[in-house]
Amino acid sequence: MRHPGGRRVRHFSYTRAETLGHAVAALAANPQARVLAGGTNLIDLMKYDVEHPGAIVDINRLPLRDIEELPNGGLRIGALVSNSAVAYDPRVAERYPLLASAILAGASPQLRNAATTGGNLLQRTRCYYFYDPATPCNKREPGSGCGAIGGVNRIHAILGASEHCIAVHPSDMCVALAALSATVEVEGPDGRRDIPFTDFHRLPGDHPERDNTMHQGEIVTAIRLEGNHFAHHHSYLKLRDRLSYAFALISVAAALDVKDGQIVDMRVALGGVAHKPWRDTLAEAEFAGQPATRETFATVADRLLAGAQGQGDNDFKVPMAHKAIVRALSQAAAGTPQIQAEKHVR
Amino acid sequence: MDITTADRQPKNRVALTINGDRHDLEIHPWVTLLDLLRGPMQLSGTKKGCDHGQCGACTVLIDGERMNSCLKFAVTLDGAEITTIEGLGRPENMHPMQKAFVEHDAYQCGYCTPGQICSAVGLLKEGKAGTREEIREMMSGNLCRCGAYVNIADAIEDVMGQEARCGIREAAE
Repeated sequence: MRHPGGRRVRHFSYTRAETLGHAVAALAANPQARVLAGGTNLIDLMKYDVEHPGAIVDINRLPLRDIEELPNGGLRIGALVSNSAVAYDPRVAERYPLLASAILAGASPQLRNAATTGGNLLQRTRCYYFYDPATPCNKREPGSGCGAIGGVNRIHAILGASEHCIAVHPSDMCVALAALSATVEVEGPDGRRDIPFTDFHRLPGDHPERDNTMHQGEIVTAIRLEGNHFAHHHSYLKLRDRLSYAFALISVAAALDVKDGQIVDMRVALGGVAHKPWRDTLAEAEFAGQPATRETFATVADRLLAGAQGQGDNDFKVPMAHKAIVRALSQAAAGTPQIQAEKHVR
Repeated sequence: MDITTADRQPKNRVALTINGDRHDLEIHPWVTLLDLLRGPMQLSGTKKGCDHGQCGACTVLIDGERMNSCLKFAVTLDGAEITTIEGLGRPENMHPMQKAFVEHDAYQCGYCTPGQICSAVGLLKEGKAGTREEIREMMSGNLCRCGAYVNIADAIEDVMGQEARCGIREAAE
């Protein structure tokens, strides 16, 4: 039945978790249960009937709202810290400006105030077919097919796609976290474990319904950032259909350590191109010792996009990604990162 | 389960302070803050536009921070302080931002206006916007289909200027 004021979400049972143990137990006891934090993605998906959990475990009371100093000069960001609070934390802004910049490139201020760190990692693709239960989608309904392959696929993947799914991960924050080699802390029925950021999200393969490598009953509790900050040579460059408040067609998180004009360490993570923030550490390593010049960066882009494949409507993404990689690395090398409020590319 | 059996479902207790008044409520967990405000609370100043967090018409202040009320289940906000457009000011006693929107003709149809004003008040409280470019970027979560953006930015700049002048006066005193 349609609700006069708009779409009505299906009913569910509600548990307000008072402790992490309580939340893990509630989640592990019911495979239909979903964790609710900021709600900006899950509630939206429930209104579209893409998600219809029988039970909601509200974790907003859990003590996961702190940003802590780590002995190595890094930071541990609690899973419930809002996206705004991370971006505007003075320590994040000073030490990890790449992360702050990527967060401020995403969504709107209202959404960033509500959305949490853990929820940002767990947000689902904005593929039109995933969002429309009237169409086939292997991610939403495994085995039903993929509407995007051969369909309207302007926003879809150019790297790492499978014959079952060509969706992309929508986050900006996660692209920066991939470049910074963050660590995800999760807790579940079998205790606590660390997941390297680049292993957290996965490619679709034969199981596009799985966005990440967490086990049933696990909850993201924190993100850990290490001591290497790339505070001087970084840039988050996001290209989209509008000047603000739109998902990336292509985004690049670039970070460089440069000594005497030569690359010591280079990180390039791409958003809008794959089922996960795309990073190729083997390719990056090949460029150690090379001059930090536009010519080198063009070769980097060639190397990173060697396997890129358009789907038709999104063929433009391949040359666009090439140019964006070169530009973002050039911005990083020059120490002139893209400023998100500026509407021209530097 | 349909709407006719909904009343038999368990309700949850939640205490909310709305525009300064405390309310102890029993509500179903799937009721959004937006539907609570516009329905049982009879505060229809907050508008339902897209109902999906895309347009910003439903923006309210939750513990002083601007958020989309359509994407919050009210039950998750126990203990929170909510400020809606009705709580910012009334026709006889308008908030400076409401006054500025009137003075600058910062609306046409007015449907997005309560969300625009709540968002602008949140923006000023955040204190991150200094330039007109930054105001526009940081108001991008509020769409105006009439296209009153130029006047909206004028109104916000005006209030920012008033606050800055007050700050200078206070510092001088």
